[in-house]
This record gives sequence, C-alpha cells and structure tokens, in this order.
Amino acid sequence: MSKHFKFKRGLDIRLKGAAEPVLKDAPVPATVALKPTDFFGLIPKLSVKADAEVKAGDALFFDKYHPEIRFTSPVSGTIKAINRGERRKILEVVVEPNGKNEFRPFPVSDPLTLSREEISRRLQESGLWPFIKQRPYGILAKPGIAPKHIFISGFDSAPLAPDYEFIFKNDQAALQTGINALTKLTDGAVFLGLSNKQSNGIFSSLKNVTVNTFEGPHPAGNVGVHIHHLSPIFKGDIIWTVSPQAVVYMGRLFKEGKLNLSKVIALTGSEVKKPQYYKTIVGAELTALLSNTTKKETHERYISGNVLTGTKIDPDDYLGFFDQMVTVIPEGDEYELLGWALPGKDKFSSSKTFLSSLFPKKEYVLTANMHGGERAFVLTGQYEQFLPMDLLPVYLLKAVLTNDIDRMEQLGIYEVVEEDLALCEYADTSKIKVQEILREGLNIMMKEVG
Amino acid sequence: MKALRNFFEKTKPYVEKGGKYHWLHSTHDAFFTFLFVPKSTSKSGTHIHDFIDMKRTMSIVVLSLVPALLFGMYNIGYQHFGALGQLDTAGFGDLFLFGFLKVLPIIIVSYVVGLGIEFAFAQFRGHEINEGFLVTGMLIPMVMPVTTPLWMIAVATAFSVVFCKEVFGGTGMNVWNPALVARAFLFFAYPAQMSGDAVWISASGIEKLADGFTGATPMAKAVMGDTSFDLWNAFIGLIPGSIGETSKLAILIGAFILIITGIGSWRIMFSMVIGGLFMGVLLNLFAGDNAYMSLPFWHHLFIGGFLFGAVFMATDPVSAAQASKGKWIYGFLAGFLAILIRVINPAYPEGTMMAILLMNTFAPLVDYGVVQGNIKRRLKRANVKA
Repeated sequence: MSKHFKFKRGLDIRLKGAAEPVLKDAPVPATVALKPTDFFGLIPKLSVKADAEVKAGDALFFDKYHPEIRFTSPVSGTIKAINRGERRKILEVVVEPNGKNEFRPFPVSDPLTLSREEISRRLQESGLWPFIKQRPYGILAKPGIAPKHIFISGFDSAPLAPDYEFIFKNDQAALQTGINALTKLTDGAVFLGLSNKQSNGIFSSLKNVTVNTFEGPHPAGNVGVHIHHLSPIFKGDIIWTVSPQAVVYMGRLFKEGKLNLSKVIALTGSEVKKPQYYKTIVGAELTALLSNTTKKETHERYISGNVLTGTKIDPDDYLGFFDQMVTVIPEGDEYELLGWALPGKDKFSSSKTFLSSLFPKKEYVLTANMHGGERAFVLTGQYEQFLPMDLLPVYLLKAVLTNDIDRMEQLGIYEVVEEDLALCEYADTSKIKVQEILREGLNIMMKEVG
Repeated sequence: MKALRNFFEKTKPYVEKGGKYHWLHSTHDAFFTFLFVPKSTSKSGTHIHDFIDMKRTMSIVVLSLVPALLFGMYNIGYQHFGALGQLDTAGFGDLFLFGFLKVLPIIIVSYVVGLGIEFAFAQFRGHEINEGFLVTGMLIPMVMPVTTPLWMIAVATAFSVVFCKEVFGGTGMNVWNPALVARAFLFFAYPAQMSGDAVWISASGIEKLADGFTGATPMAKAVMGDTSFDLWNAFIGLIPGSIGETSKLAILIGAFILIITGIGSWRIMFSMVIGGLFMGVLLNLFAGDNAYMSLPFWHHLFIGGFLFGAVFMATDPVSAAQASKGKWIYGFLAGFLAILIRVINPAYPEGTMMAILLMNTFAPLVDYGVVQGNIKRRLKRANVKA
C-alpha cells in the first residue's frame, strides 16, 4: 500500500549554482583512493602493501572486527601510497590506475535465485557491503543479521542535490536487479521513498519494492524521515539504508559479473563556472576536475557532498565514498561591519528577520561564514521547524550533553543520524554544533547499549 | 572603518591568553564583534550557517520595544503637564522632552549596572558576552514607575543580574525573567516607591495637582470600585502607569514586529490573552455586586501591565515553556492567574508580574509533561507496529 506523506516542516535553502542537466565525462583521475575515515567507527586492517598490483574488486583493507567486510579497489592499478595520520591511523589508500580496466570476475546470476548467504557473501567479497548503512547510528551494517526492513530514498532534497532521475537514467535495469538482491536480505520489506514529482520516472516503475511518496522541503528526501514515518526504530530494531547508487552497483555486480563503481556526480555551487554533471568513479582524485571548473574569484571552499553534511576537502583531495556531489562555495572569511544590524536584502535566512524574506524565489550565494558567535540554547521552537519527525530535538541534545542514556533512548536517538538534524544546525541562532553533539550521543549509545 | 578594524586586530594579541591585558578579553571581543561580524568560518558540521545570530535576534526585540518606550516618554510628559493643568500650553516637544529627560537616566543606570556585571562575569568565566541583557536592560526601565529613585534601579538591576541570572550560569540558564525579578525585588523591598497613587507621575516641582486630576491608575481605581475609565485613552496610553506599559497601541506594534519576524512566540501571547479573557468572563459570571469583578472582561486588556507582560515578558524564551504545546498551557495559565490575582487579591494591585513569575517557576513542569507525552506517544507507535 503506497502512502503519501506531506510535510510542512523543513527548509529548502535557495543556493545559487544548481547543476544543469548536462552530462560530461570528468577528466580521468590521476589517482583513486579509499578513505577508511568515510566509514564511521571502522578500524581498518590493510590487505595490500605499497606498490602492489590490484584489479578492480581486489581488497585494499578490511574491517578488523568483521574481516569478511572488505573494501575493494574501484580500479585496476598500483598501490601508490598509504597515507597515515596521527598514531599511524590510515587515512587514504591511494591507487594509481593503469588504464587496463582489469577486474576480478564474479559470477553473473539472477539474485532472486540465490540464497541470502550467497548474496551477502558476494556483496562482501566485491566490496559493496560497506555501501549498506545500519540504523541506529548510521554505521557499517553488521553481517549475519537480517534487518527488519531496508530503506532506499529515491530522491535527494538537500541544497543543490543532484536529480536522481537524471543521473540514473541509464541504470533502470541495474536498479531492479539490485533491489531484487536486497529483497533477499531482509524478512521485511524494501521501502522506496519517492518525491511527489517522480510519478513517471525511472524509480516509479521498479518492482519488488514498497513505494511511498513524500512531499515537502528538505529533509523530506532523508531516508531517516521515511523510516520515522513508516517503521520507527526502537531499542533492538535494525534497519538498513542503501543509496540508489549502491543499488545500481549491486545490480551491475550481478548482471555484469564485475565491480563497476563508475558514477555520475553533480558539480555545484555558486563558485562553479558551469554547474553540471560529470561521470567519474568512487574515490576519484578531484584535482583535474576542479582545476579549471571553478571561478577562483574568492577564497573557495570545496565540499565533497552537500553544504549541510558534506566534508571539507582540498581541491586535490578525493571524492567521498558515498558522495554524489561536489559543492564549491566562497569561504567568506571576511569581517563585516555591523553585519548583524544591516537590513539584509542578500542575506538568506530561515528566520524572517532579514529583508531577504520578502523575496521568496531569489537564489543566494552563501558562504561558510558562521555569522555570529556560539551561545547557549536561548531560543525555543526553532529546531522543531526543521525536523518533520515527532521528536523534540533540543531535549534530545540536552540529554546527550548530560550523558543521560535512558533519556536519549526515550527521546528517540535511535531514529536520527547527523544528516537529519543538519538543518537545525544551519538555522540555529546560537550556532550550536548540533551534528557534533548528536554524534557524541550516538557514540555513547553504541558503547553503552550496542 | 578600516582603521578601526586594524586597531581591534592589532590589539587582539594583547588580550589573548598569556597577553598582558588578558583580563580584558571578553570586553575586547564584545566590542569587536559588535562592530564587525567575525570572519570565523565553519570548522565542522554544516558548511553554511544562517545569517541570524543572537545580536540580530536581540536587536529585533529591542526594536519592538521602541514604540512603547517612546510613547512612554511622551506619556510621562503628558501626565506631568496634566497634573500641572498646563496641557493646553505645553507642546508635543515639551511633553516628549520632559519624559525623555526623566527616562534616559533610568535606562542609562540599568544598562551601565547590568552590563557592567555581565562583562565582569563573562570575563571571570572566560565566556563571550551574551546579548541577553540588551533586552533586559531595556525592559527594566519600562516596568518601573517613573519616580523610582535611580539607586533603586541600580540595586534592583544588580540583584536580578546576579541572583536571577549569573548564579544559574548566565543567559539561557535562568529560571525567571530577569526584568520581572528586578521589579518584584523593588515591589517587595520598597513597596512605598512602587505602588500607590503618587508614584506614576513625575511630580517634581508640582505643589498642587490640577483640579480633578488624580495620579491613580485605572486599575487602582477599579480596586476601589471605580471602574470608569476612558477606553480610548487607555488604548492609546494616556493613563498613569509604569513607563512602558501604558500604550496598548505601541505594545501591539511591538507584538506585530515580534510575530512577523518569528522572534516572539505568538502562541504564548495569544494563549495568555485567551487565559486572561477566560478568567475575566468567569469573574463576570460570579461578580454579584462586586464592581471590579463585573468589569467587562475585555477591559482587563486595557489596564495595567497585562498586555505588556503578555507580549514582552511571558515570551522570554529562556524562562517560558519551551515545547510548542507547553507554550499554550503556560500562556493560558499565566493570563488566567494574572487576572485572578489582579482582581481577587487586593494586596497586589497588578497580578501580571506575579503570574508570569509563578508560571516561569512551573514552566519546566509544563515542559516535563509535554516531553513525557511525546515519549509515551512514540512508544505507542512502537508497540502497534511490532
């Protein structure tokens, strides 16, 4: 039974620089890297040494506590470097492609005919398993557990987010095969959340999924919001979430018999000359792509991901494992005279305290400036406006700050991860680091409850 | 302006940790960030942040207080010259200037004392200076009778900032509304200067009141059984009363600013008015021959500090209830109690202050109920689905 959910709470931040529906091949990256830091809580163990030759699909490292979870090379080539940080923590495993496109072969088969164990094994061996995230906590899915349900969000509502209908337009068959594989991994259902504008797209004709539609501003496309309304997570529940991109990869694995991690990303933001789509690969080095596509007029900030949840990167860094977009905005590290007192025609705000609120259609250039100092919780009712869930985010955060495990549990910490509260952090008058506090809470819960 | 910025940037090393003037760092920071929005950019979490900050928020609240304050100044002149019987000869400028000169010292004392203590505490704790007092410092003069001696304003401000705010941890942590605590402090410590018929009008230099002129507020008269007052004058604000509370029109303008900008909670304002009216109706029903109780219920909005309290005092986000549902309950009860205390208890000529302070005390309880309700409701969903 398909349901329609309509939300009023949330906010679409009207940023300049959305991608035009034009697709180009990105320049071939000089190197490709996997970053263990992309996976929350992972302790990696290396499977390769520097200068070793690898094929696409060969393991680079694995999870110390679950050795069957392997992280595999997206390309064939040579291990160029293993970059380490403090206390020899592995930051990047860098592969230099040899251009031969050699890959480790996997059997081609219809996942509907395979057993749950066989599908899990192939996902783990090929390195696709890490694409599955587990709620609560938003961590790597633990093997050997069947989740209650699996959730996929068929659209991204974040600022400047890519149009999934556009980037997956040639992947419908792979999507279907991937979904078929996922149906075998759960005793429950595979839920697909779509926006109300996707009634005639690639996603709407997929089978073996329970489709629900969601209407409203961001975070309507967040899978956490879908879960909250369809199968709220309580103590002991386990739900998996998978991105459409990961479903496509799974589909390709079973259809093509190889690991094919090519993807289409959106290059967006006010500092990009021509915001559009590029075809590239997981973990691609972005130097070549970013070298002449940005304006270079001001000090620029590069973000792998969107402006709310993405990771700050240098222009010679790598595309994040899960990221479907790169955003470039001005850094904004400048003083502004009496900035808090000006009328603010060009200052987009979720509050109605600036003149900009009289222009409901205008798009804005927003910088990474904090626009004020951090304060205690003062205003009330602000966070709730941006969270279409029946939760009390301020009370939840206060429970985290006081380290109160029972309270966190009662107030629904299992239902959220950072991205769900990112808008609260954006809009907060007191500039409180909401996502950081929430992750601290999730850490406490993981440690104490498991 | 560049020179100014250079000055602040150059002096910064001196006030940073280890610098010679480290004890001035909060002060330096306060003035620097007041003049220039800092250049700090996002280090973690979201990359973009809303333009709104505490300075913007608090300045909107101060802006919303301005109409009531300006009118209050005018009204002080109006009452003074009225008492002299010289309204015909004194012009608008005379009236306003008279009031302005009476009110300005009170505002200055309130800000100097309050901000002085705030700066000292911020310095001591190593915090940035909070903007909350910008509003409190304006509210304190507005709820005082114009004849309050300046030293009392200073003592009350100091008391409220130290004992109502800083001992709890500063802005955001206080239980009661600091401006109301300052008023309550004076009300109980120096009742003679805070109530009665003589305090509302600046009568310096007046030896004999003009014929038929009385300094009694409509509310004081109502307690005595005289419920006749000019509704229009009460709406416009040409009645005796605390500095900022008299003009309902100016307060409504302030309410409008707070509501369209979303800074003040319309839920609290609205529910408090409903609560007050509801109590008014109840009193009307059981009035018998009690003149005050039979005062038409909606007249209560026009006298005393009820509307001022509902718009500017009860809505203080820190001391009010925080959850949306809690705000409805909190506001309704505050209004309900305000009118109850006002009419039934002759010891307190105005119930708004006591009612709001009382509800400040109970706001956490109201919120507790709302939070428990949320928890139970969500648990139910779990059980149904399972």
